[in-house]
Amino acid sequence: MTTVRQAPPAVNRPAFDAEQVRRDFPLLQTTMRGHSIVYLDNAATSQKPQAVIARTERYYAAENANVHRGVYELSERATAAYEDAREKARGFLNAASAREIVFVRGTTEAINLVASSFGHKELQSGDEVLITAMEHHSNIVPWQLICGERGATLRVVPMNKRGELLMDEFARLLGPRTKIVAVAHVSNSLGTINPVTEIVRQAHASGVPVLVDGAQAAPHGPIDVRALGADFYTVSGHKMFGPTGIGLLYGKAERLEALPPYQGGGDMIKTVTFAKTTYADLPARFEAGTPNIAGAVGLGAAIDYLQPLDWQAIQAHEADLLAYATERLSAISGVELVGTAAHKASVVSFTVRGVHPHDIGTIVDQEGVAIRTGHHCTQPVMDFFGIPATARASFAFYNTRGDVDALVAAVRKVARVFA
Amino acid sequence: MADLTDLYQQIIVEHNRSPRNFKKLPHPTREAEGANPLCGDQIKLEVELDGDRIKDIGFQGSGCAISQASASLLTGAVQGKTTGEAQALFRAVHAMLTSAPGAAVDTAGLGKLAALGGVRQFPVRVKCASLPWHTLRAALGSTAEPVTTE
Repeated sequence: MTTVRQAPPAVNRPAFDAEQVRRDFPLLQTTMRGHSIVYLDNAATSQKPQAVIARTERYYAAENANVHRGVYELSERATAAYEDAREKARGFLNAASAREIVFVRGTTEAINLVASSFGHKELQSGDEVLITAMEHHSNIVPWQLICGERGATLRVVPMNKRGELLMDEFARLLGPRTKIVAVAHVSNSLGTINPVTEIVRQAHASGVPVLVDGAQAAPHGPIDVRALGADFYTVSGHKMFGPTGIGLLYGKAERLEALPPYQGGGDMIKTVTFAKTTYADLPARFEAGTPNIAGAVGLGAAIDYLQPLDWQAIQAHEADLLAYATERLSAISGVELVGTAAHKASVVSFTVRGVHPHDIGTIVDQEGVAIRTGHHCTQPVMDFFGIPATARASFAFYNTRGDVDALVAAVRKVARVFA
Repeated sequence: MADLTDLYQQIIVEHNRSPRNFKKLPHPTREAEGANPLCGDQIKLEVELDGDRIKDIGFQGSGCAISQASASLLTGAVQGKTTGEAQALFRAVHAMLTSAPGAAVDTAGLGKLAALGGVRQFPVRVKCASLPWHTLRAALGSTAEPVTTE
């Protein structure tokens, strides 16, 4: 994914054939409340292509065994499928080595792992952790917990009313006590694409490592962690068309090697005696217990599905959806967009004057349109804008201008109900 | 199939637009706060008791149309009632909101509050309607903790 994307002119219709890829997603063929479903809650979770569903089923039907321990053929097969998925994840993130890929439950667990292990090793009283004003709760609370435990301070980079980070403030807050920076690649509630390459560059110039929360970036295209320079990068499988309960923590090998274990148990050890335990090498050291093997295999299938897609065409298609939705929603009387950064992913948060977002959600649902309403696990963002919640439409590559039209028609109905 | 007009009945829309007793009381004797973390509905109820009778009641807060209309209707319904009568009303409304969609409900004695019954067709919204009622019960009881629907 590029970190900077511009919407093309509206007349320049994209070449990506969303109607074609929709056929790969069984759920998109279903109806909801008598309408063909219009699924616009992709930032919460994405739908799954048949290839992922079939691969997960085949794993359970033909390959299921525990990994890394059986000497029998079936266990070898399961281990191969699991490690094969790790290699696919390495390719998707362009990591240098599969040792740098840790399977986790999702971004939340990945951040908790880094906050806990890094924090216990590196944070002392008076140290600082630097996050931003637009973080998801999962990139706030783990840091609050470890800061509280270690006597460290959580500092927050502010943003402007468009939902863009104040980079001058970032530079000012990046101080001698800063031990780590944690920032969202893409904001889930505002859609802002943050200048993470620049953030990493400045942090590294001060010798500070950076964790990038990529949960909302990975669904919009392959990531290049080496070009980005991030020390840690986290993704959730279910948001990138894979199964729930599986995600990735990428960490530079030297960073991961320096961290103490997160959870103890089987699979993460070399030897155990009651006196002393020695830990396994990367990445097993961070994968205690039987992992989500089927989830990893399914995520591998999702990556296989995503890799051959024309991502340049998809980015143009998603930019077109964003521009079209922005234009059409803005034209509705009483609609206010929340999050108008210059560089945005295909996420549109909005409010309707005089109508609570929850009522918007219920009314558009009657038209078969699924959007998210609420604080999107970013209560500080809502507080910043002085609103309790927003309605949010978030687009994936399988969405179309027709989906935007259905959303717009449904939002117009909101005004009629409350007329 | 659920119909939007069951949920957003005219009386609900009207009470949301012009909530009754949306005010701070000068001399409250009881108060309670309630929150619905799912959608961020927040309500603060203040009650002035005269002996066992609800002499005045007011609410403040923000939230969806269902929660605001429910709070507004509640304040009108319990004004002048004894705490025992208000508790009985709580039980009747609660029974209505939690009965299965489509099941017959006895709305006798509920008056305007019967309009809240349409919420049953929308299970995820039931908490919006019940929040003010749980908050009332907390205000009248001894619960010191803020009420949450979770």
